[in-house]
Amino acid sequence: MNDGPFLPRDRSRHPPALAPAYKTSVARSPQRALLSMPQTPSELTGPVFGHGMLGAQDDDLIHNFAAPDQAALGPRIIVQGRVLDEAGRGVPGALIEVWQANAGGRYRHKKDGYLAPLDPNFGGCGRTISGADGAYRFLSIQPGPYPWPNGPNSWRPAHIHFSVFGHAFAQRLITQMYFEGDPLIPLCPIVNAVPTPQGIAALTARLDMGKTVPMDACAWRFDIVLRGRRSTPFENRPEGN
Amino acid sequence: MPRRPYQESPSQTAGPYVHIGCMPNLCGIGGIYPHDLGHRMCGPKARGTPITVTGRVIDGSGALLHDALVEAWQADAAGRYPGNPGSDPDVTGFGRAAADDDSGDWRFETIKPGAVPCGDGQVMAPHLTLWIVARGINLGLHTRMYFPEDTGFHAADPWLTRIEPHDRVSTLIAERTGDGVYQFDIHLQGALETVFFDV
Repeated sequence: MNDGPFLPRDRSRHPPALAPAYKTSVARSPQRALLSMPQTPSELTGPVFGHGMLGAQDDDLIHNFAAPDQAALGPRIIVQGRVLDEAGRGVPGALIEVWQANAGGRYRHKKDGYLAPLDPNFGGCGRTISGADGAYRFLSIQPGPYPWPNGPNSWRPAHIHFSVFGHAFAQRLITQMYFEGDPLIPLCPIVNAVPTPQGIAALTARLDMGKTVPMDACAWRFDIVLRGRRSTPFENRPEGN
Repeated sequence: MPRRPYQESPSQTAGPYVHIGCMPNLCGIGGIYPHDLGHRMCGPKARGTPITVTGRVIDGSGALLHDALVEAWQADAAGRYPGNPGSDPDVTGFGRAAADDDSGDWRFETIKPGAVPCGDGQVMAPHLTLWIVARGINLGLHTRMYFPEDTGFHAADPWLTRIEPHDRVSTLIAERTGDGVYQFDIHLQGALETVFFDV
């Protein structure tokens, strides 16, 4: 079992808390150093979600909010990939929750007042749990880009939000998936808060013609890497874990 | 540093609409999931003292966050985490709460966790592990909430005793505002900035 402590989080990989071009981060970024602490059962455990919690259409955003015999508007897509750890091992049983704007770039949220209309057949959320090899898959429609009030003319590239639970609270991660080739990606201050081109590439899904279903849906590949544990048990492994 | 052939996916902000994905029923998207995940931290047969924990998330200008999402993870009344042998089957230990649109309050109804053994004979004081995301927060923030009555445990807690300067420990101790009711405000910046952890 790979149940030793987690490798230290490589924070040079993540956006800094303060990314001034993303204006909302200015007043919401802690200014004192984070305190490093030894991992305990509180971080090495986490909630476990079984496949039994999933409804039949949880992973189908095209239909899970649609009226009977109807479907969400927009280009049909398959998003699939694997949840891996830092050793490249598949992470089974990871809960993946996704949310996104509709094909016009509008969220089903009372605070989103963008001109684009709501789609009565699109809710915008879905979830799935990775299989034994870490693989996951869901169906959706391609979200639209949309404006946001950061600068005088700011637009978010098309994206899907991902929330991921691995096997421990220390692995908790929320991120966003972008679409290869979107010209808005290099203009976005939220994207550009990621400090390295490699990191931005890791958040950019690739068109996967091998998984694309003819006359049905384009497939996009998006792998997610969660923090990994040391592969050999640590002799001071906390008890009760 | 051990070999790391893959690197963790970079975090991105949860954005202003995190509730669509994480608490859709709360924001009016019904009929997809029967309940929002983490809506219930324990059932009626859970052993231990029922408690209510409320709080707010406050930014560097003193403004309340109305779009924050807070997750909690805790042990049962005997200090065992759910999923471990002997843990209370009526305690999920996991909760999710949203800051209220008007008041900014988030709220958990749960039972008070027990002290948790963590190896080498050490015992952690009863606490909730909390994780905070919101628009403008680029990487989820880890912190803990401890209970004001457990001063004996605090003096031996392996985390609290390592915090420097030590007066910052007070940012991790909830205020008891009633019988079984605790208030815990999370300050993102400023003189009262909450201690956040790199775990």
